[in-house]
Formats: sequence, C-alpha cells, structure tokens
Amino acid sequence: MTASIQLHHTPQLQYLLRLGDTCLILGQRLGEWTGHGPVLEEDIALANMALDLIGQARALLTRAGQTEGRAFDEDQLAFLRDERDYRNPTLVELPRGDFAFTVQRNLLVATLLKLLWQKLAESSDAELAAIAGKAVKEARYHQQHAADWVVRLGDGTDESRRRSQAALAQLWRYVPELFEADAVDEAAAATGLGPRWADVQADWQAEVGAVLAEAGLTPPAASAFRSTGKRGVHSEHMGPMLAELQQLQRSYPGGVW
Amino acid sequence: MSQAPVAAGTRTQRAWAVLATVLDPEVPALSLRDLGIVRDVRDGGAALEVVLTPTYSGCPATEVITQSVVDAIAAAGLGPVTVTLQRAPAWTTDWISDDGRRKLRAYGIAPPGPVDAAAGVPIRLVGRRAAPAIACPRCDSLQTERLSAFGSTACKALYRCLACREPFEHFKPL
Repeated sequence: MTASIQLHHTPQLQYLLRLGDTCLILGQRLGEWTGHGPVLEEDIALANMALDLIGQARALLTRAGQTEGRAFDEDQLAFLRDERDYRNPTLVELPRGDFAFTVQRNLLVATLLKLLWQKLAESSDAELAAIAGKAVKEARYHQQHAADWVVRLGDGTDESRRRSQAALAQLWRYVPELFEADAVDEAAAATGLGPRWADVQADWQAEVGAVLAEAGLTPPAASAFRSTGKRGVHSEHMGPMLAELQQLQRSYPGGVW
Repeated sequence: MSQAPVAAGTRTQRAWAVLATVLDPEVPALSLRDLGIVRDVRDGGAALEVVLTPTYSGCPATEVITQSVVDAIAAAGLGPVTVTLQRAPAWTTDWISDDGRRKLRAYGIAPPGPVDAAAGVPIRLVGRRAAPAIACPRCDSLQTERLSAFGSTACKALYRCLACREPFEHFKPL
C-alpha cells in the first residue's frame, strides 16, 4: 500500500479542494451508472456528465496541488489522500440511489456549480478563472438535463412522483451545508479568489425552486441536521467509495494508462 | 545531416498547413483547424510551439490530439514541437470554421447554431417549450425531435428526423 499524502491546509487550498472534490466525487457517483442506466441514452448522458466533472476535477486538483507548495499532482490528490482531507459537501458522496435521486441531486449540484462558476470566472486566480470560464458552459447543460428529468418524473406517474418526493426528502437535509459560512469562504471573498458559497444561495433557491414548483414537488421542512463534509468529516458512505476510487493507485503505485 | 535554414514564416506556415490535415479523433470529418482549437503556432527557434484550446474539460480526445500534432509535425520534418494547452479564453463552437460546418453536415452531423454571447447556452428551466428546431443534415427538414441531450460524446446530442426517419447527431452550441 502506498502511504497517504499529508497536506498543509490553508484557506486557499481548502477552497480549491471543496470545488475539486465536489466535481471528483459526484463524477465518481455518476460514473457508477455506466451500464446501469434506465435506458441507453441516459446511461450515456450520465457517463458524459461524469467525464465533464472529472475533467473539471483534474484541472482544479492540479491547481490545488500548485498552491499547496509541494508539487502534488492531480493523481496524488485524487487517489492518495485520507478521507478527512477530502472537502466535498456530504451531499455528493451519498450513494447514487435510484434515477429520481440521481437527477435531483444533479439539479441541486449543477445549479450550485453553475452559479459558482459564473462568479469564479472573475477570480483573482487567473487559472481558476480560466477553469471556470470553460466549466460554466458544461454546467449549464448538466443543469438543463437534470431540470428536464426532475419535471418529467415529478409531474409523471404515481410511481415516479412517489420516488421523486422520497428522493427530495432524503437530499434536502444536506442542502444547508452548501451555504454555511466559514473562515475558508471569508478568506476567499477577501482575497478575490472566489465567492462565499452563501453568496449564490438566493439565486440557487430561485432556480431550484422554480424547477421543483414546475415538477409539483414540495421540499420538506428545514431540519436541524447539519452535514460536515466540507470540513472533512464525512458520512459512512465516503470510506467504501474511496476504497474503490483509490484501490488501483494504492495497489499499483504510480500506475498510469 | 545538414539542412538549409528555413525562414520562420515558412516554417510556421507549413505547420499551419500540416494542422489542417490532423483530424479530430472523435469527429474525424474535421481537422483541428476546422474545429477552431489551434490558437497559435510559434517558432521558438529550436522547437515549434503549437498552442491548442481544449474543447470540453473532460474530453478524452485531448491527449490523443496532442500526440497527433507532435507526430504530424515531426512527420513533415518540422519538428521538434511542443504543444501548449491554453484554457482561456474558453473554446466555443463559434470557432468552428464555415468549412468545418459544411463538412459536419456532409458527415451527417447537424452543425451548431451561434452561441448567444449574453446568455451562453439558452436555458429553459421550466416549461416544455420545444428547443429551437435543428435541420436534418440529410434532408434539411426542420421536422426533427431530440432523443437525448447527450450523444456518443459530450459535445453532441441525439436527434431523429420525422420526415426522412433517419437518426442524426447535433453538435451542440457551447
């Protein structure tokens, strides 16, 4: 087994890891659909979106490695960190669930990322701005795809509606974490690296709310539960997923295609 | 082996000509120049530098394209060459040449319409208003329908023509 890398955490690094890990981990979850989609076209669509997300993660983790100072590359960051050094919100690591769950999560995350990319295109970090300028175009298609399906399933049959409402009930308690303010976000806002995630909350609520209304779905009441993935404290689902994600590099250190 | 010195303009011009023969591995109807991903060719003296803009963040063809450029420039005797990937400004389908659009249609892929600079990709989060009609690349009918927003690659959507009944792909505006 290859030893894990240990990171010197700075607010800047954590900000970049939150973005990069959101893309990496959701990309991994969407990749799990390959060969299991409800129809061939959607199987392909989910794989394509997974590719976009992993491409975005590669760029972001490369940038994160550069700022960390010890020249860790994208593969070391993707495959050789301990669980607590992954900084994605818990929402994206939840098991893929059924198709209703997957497209609803995609709507929540693609809307968030699209809004963040729009602001990150003005980042004081030129490389991050360049990554965002490209990724925002891809996120628009992801959001559109998810919105189409959320409406179709929510406003569909009794069974699709039942599953959609159940998925929303499961997902909704992981939403508050997305917009929680903390020192990492404050530092990013102060240096111009990027927005606080809370800065896009109002737009997120408007866009997601419009789709849910069209779908005839009602979000559950707010709960006191707070997930903590962005701080590195993950759900029980993260470990088994990382075991699969990391297995090849841990078993064959430095292996390349 | 001695070689006659080649003027800088000639060498970069020849490299541009070579790049017009290197095909996109995923859409082999188009050369890299048709696709609009070649930003610059610079003569650095010892080596040429080819500057490319990647299309999609996760495009699996990027590495293949980079290697194809190196191979083609070397085969033309213009090497050595380095390939630089430049992310900004982000690639847009508006950079696909008119010739490229004609080749796409002839290949059976409906070319992308113009990207709305203000809105980027038009988004309709609610409502079921049909997306703008895409003309069938085979019979030019506008009676077509979208089967899926994602096709064999992320850059294409799946359509079918209701007039000639043929399926086809559409290169999405990005």
